[in-house]
Amino acid sequence: MSAGDVAIHVRNVGHQFGEAGEARSVRALADTSLDIVRGELLCLIGPSGCGKSTLLNVIGGLLTPSNGTVQVAGKPVRGPMPNDIAYIFQENALFPWNTVDENVRLGMLFQGVPKIEHAARAKKSLEAVGLAEFADHYPAQLSGGMRQRAALARALSLQTGILLMDEPFGALDEQTRMILGEDLSVLLASTEKTIVFVTHSLGEAVFLADRVAVFSARPGTIKKIIKVDEPHPRKPAFVTSEKFTELRNELYALLHDEIRKAVSSEAPRGRNGGAV
Amino acid sequence: MARRRDTAQQLASRAVQIAFLLGLFVLWYCATNFWGVNHLLLPNPVAVFHQLVDVLQGGEYLPDLRVTATEFVVAFVLATTTGTVVGFFVSLSRYSVRVFEPLFAGIYSIPIILFLPLYVLFFGLGMASKIGLGTTIAFFPIVLSTIAGFGNVDRTLVTAARSMGASNYQLFRYVLVPAALPVILTGLRMGFTVALLSILGSETIASLAGLGHHIVQLAEAMEMSRMFAYIVFVVAIATLLNVTVSYFEARGRRLG
Repeated sequence: MSAGDVAIHVRNVGHQFGEAGEARSVRALADTSLDIVRGELLCLIGPSGCGKSTLLNVIGGLLTPSNGTVQVAGKPVRGPMPNDIAYIFQENALFPWNTVDENVRLGMLFQGVPKIEHAARAKKSLEAVGLAEFADHYPAQLSGGMRQRAALARALSLQTGILLMDEPFGALDEQTRMILGEDLSVLLASTEKTIVFVTHSLGEAVFLADRVAVFSARPGTIKKIIKVDEPHPRKPAFVTSEKFTELRNELYALLHDEIRKAVSSEAPRGRNGGAV
Repeated sequence: MARRRDTAQQLASRAVQIAFLLGLFVLWYCATNFWGVNHLLLPNPVAVFHQLVDVLQGGEYLPDLRVTATEFVVAFVLATTTGTVVGFFVSLSRYSVRVFEPLFAGIYSIPIILFLPLYVLFFGLGMASKIGLGTTIAFFPIVLSTIAGFGNVDRTLVTAARSMGASNYQLFRYVLVPAALPVILTGLRMGFTVALLSILGSETIASLAGLGHHIVQLAEAMEMSRMFAYIVFVVAIATLLNVTVSYFEARGRRLG
């Protein structure tokens, strides 16, 4: 982990929604610095409203921070960087009027991949997520889990070095989450992508991440980073191991106080605006 | 299984609809044949049928049909072009939506047909006044649905497309248009209906030619069964057009 291996530099990034002093202004993210190493999977976890999604959007160039800078592949981020970064949203980011295959191809069209490569790349990425047979289905014909696989296939076909995932399994049931998590771990072991993954789930964070960044309550900043020293692909047995339980408990202890703080600060709605 | 029940239900309601129309027809027949309703008020359906056959065979409707069809096509094309273009540009900013949407909705709720005398004054008794009125009336549902269609595109889809590097044109062509299309199509169907309605209506009030004009002429000449034959003819054309448009709307929805 030499310094040259850093894929994403986050320097003193803070963000405030609305103008300072306005009744509705919310300080979502306080002065945050972070280096994300090439090829690692970093989970951002924290109480709701702590700014973890804000940080992800800043890294992805979807949001210009009030202060601070982000560098990706040595370049400052000023807007979306489709050649370096692919994004996976919580849900409903597939175009409902296109089939799965068309969705994947459209991503490549937007990114500017030569047309001649579309078919092969789409096939490869759909096979990687196990959706090859469903290429001609529309999103509405798929289950929530399959839709997220399709979104993952679209992101993989873009062949970016970085993948940003904003609670990609957040809308799914527990079983589907578990299976998708296992599959993701297998998939990622073979691709060497740098991944930033926002989640609410402690188990998901420990199971997937190489490092977990725990956020404090709003205005959020990184409170502590925990290393998960376990090679990918991770086996289902890892979940029942002592190491997993210990790490999960450590995360729980760290988060518990912050979640209390976040919840109690929501109560007097007048002062904090109650916005998330 | 649910689908089979749906079709069964659909067939049942179709049967009731047909029975209702048949009932009306029987009432009409009885009223004129047995109950002594004056044939000047309501002609006999059999006589109407004979007149209809005569009208269709003679082809005398052609000049009037040509006039009405021209008025309608020009008005609908004009309303569609202006409505979608204006609607798209209004939808581009929150501010202009806030200003223009209530304005258009307000005007849409006025019975614009009341301005027909003004249109006749400006454009004369010929086709131009019908085209003007039809365009105006059809413009509002089209522009309103276009604003609604482009204004309510799911932000996540736009953000997703941007994050993958979509250009402005690509965003328009592959995201905004398909997302807005179903709503716009509904507006187009409504515009289609009101344009046809207002053009035929204004032809009956003040005109030189057209199917509506001809119907009023027949009424004034007391040729009731021929007038009814024309009404049946126009209703048949309108139904055919509406079915066609609904079909394309449904298709567009699926494609969209």
